[in-house]
Amino acid sequence: MQLTEEERKEAVEKSREILARYDGSRGGLIPALQQIQDVLGYVPAEAMREAAGHFGMPAVDVYGVVTFYNQFRLTPPGRHQVKVCMGTACHMKGGNIIMESWERVLKVKVGETTPDREFSLERVACVGCCTMAPVALVNETVHGKMTPTKVDGLYFSHQLANQQKKEGMPE
Amino acid sequence: MSGKVRITIDGKAIETAAGEKILWAALDNGIYIPHLCSIRENHSPFASCRLCFVEIEGYPGPVTACTEGAAEGMAVRTRSERVDRLVRTGFEMIMSNHRTECGVCPKNRSCALQKIAKERGLRLKPGRLEKLDRNLPVDDTAESIIYDPNKCVLCGRCVWTCKKTGSGTLGFAKRGFDRMVTTFLEAPLGESGCSGCSACAEACPVGALALKR
Repeated sequence: MQLTEEERKEAVEKSREILARYDGSRGGLIPALQQIQDVLGYVPAEAMREAAGHFGMPAVDVYGVVTFYNQFRLTPPGRHQVKVCMGTACHMKGGNIIMESWERVLKVKVGETTPDREFSLERVACVGCCTMAPVALVNETVHGKMTPTKVDGLYFSHQLANQQKKEGMPE
Repeated sequence: MSGKVRITIDGKAIETAAGEKILWAALDNGIYIPHLCSIRENHSPFASCRLCFVEIEGYPGPVTACTEGAAEGMAVRTRSERVDRLVRTGFEMIMSNHRTECGVCPKNRSCALQKIAKERGLRLKPGRLEKLDRNLPVDDTAESIIYDPNKCVLCGRCVWTCKKTGSGTLGFAKRGFDRMVTTFLEAPLGESGCSGCSACAEACPVGALALKR
């Protein structure tokens, strides 16, 4: 995922601002990263480098923490966030097939964002409607009893809507 | 923590420093206990390889020899049914995702896994377990070392060594099956700021990090 110069600058500035509230003790690392993610929506490499400098640890250790916890994301969230449920019921009903379908149509891996920033793909553990398994969320909308065909359909209808929006827009 | 204590390991009377870890006391006296992750200079052992189990008289269950300090009168046994079972299972799990290609491996004949298998009569095949080959790319971008993550047993010796004597480039990342030793943002070693001291290759007990030939 390529970040723009502006995003990099923002990442560094915001990270410094947040890190300044923490003393150098290592216990502050996770809360600081959480705050950074709250503000930026993700934890970019620049923020990890800043945090490593602030807490006096190798950058790879910060990367280790960020990749250990599911909570942290390394890429900026897309305009539409696709979350595929991998809870027990969805897992049994083939949640991984739904995930693969999304990966195929969006041409990204789980945890990534499409280059046009339109979609980001995540896995979640139980959305709370196991009777509808397998479940996927697009933004806040729950789609139950998912199939690969439904994934294609959702993607297609989104593209159609986008196209119509473009055409419908006055010049 | 000063002074000497007398302990017995497999019936052999040994004099060692009080608090000295059983593992090192045994190895110093020619008694072999399987081990992968332990580093003598590291005084807070990871105890992550789960291979150095021993029985100590009066203890309810086997304990890791790398974390247990010697105390006066301790009676240690390096083999028992329970120990063998733990070690065998632990070893099988390690072998289940270690790419076994001894014939072409730079560590062939000096590999800790081969030694453990030989000493304990274990097989290098994972036995009951399915083999997991993650098929990760081999990193040969560094000047003097080659890193094959598929052979890594996650003992952490390279990470510890890199932090102590190297440039602190190596670390752990991810979780579960994806857990791996890597660099910041998983950059290839050649572009990671690695100083090329190759201390990690010295520390690696298997063939994951090796000197280029």
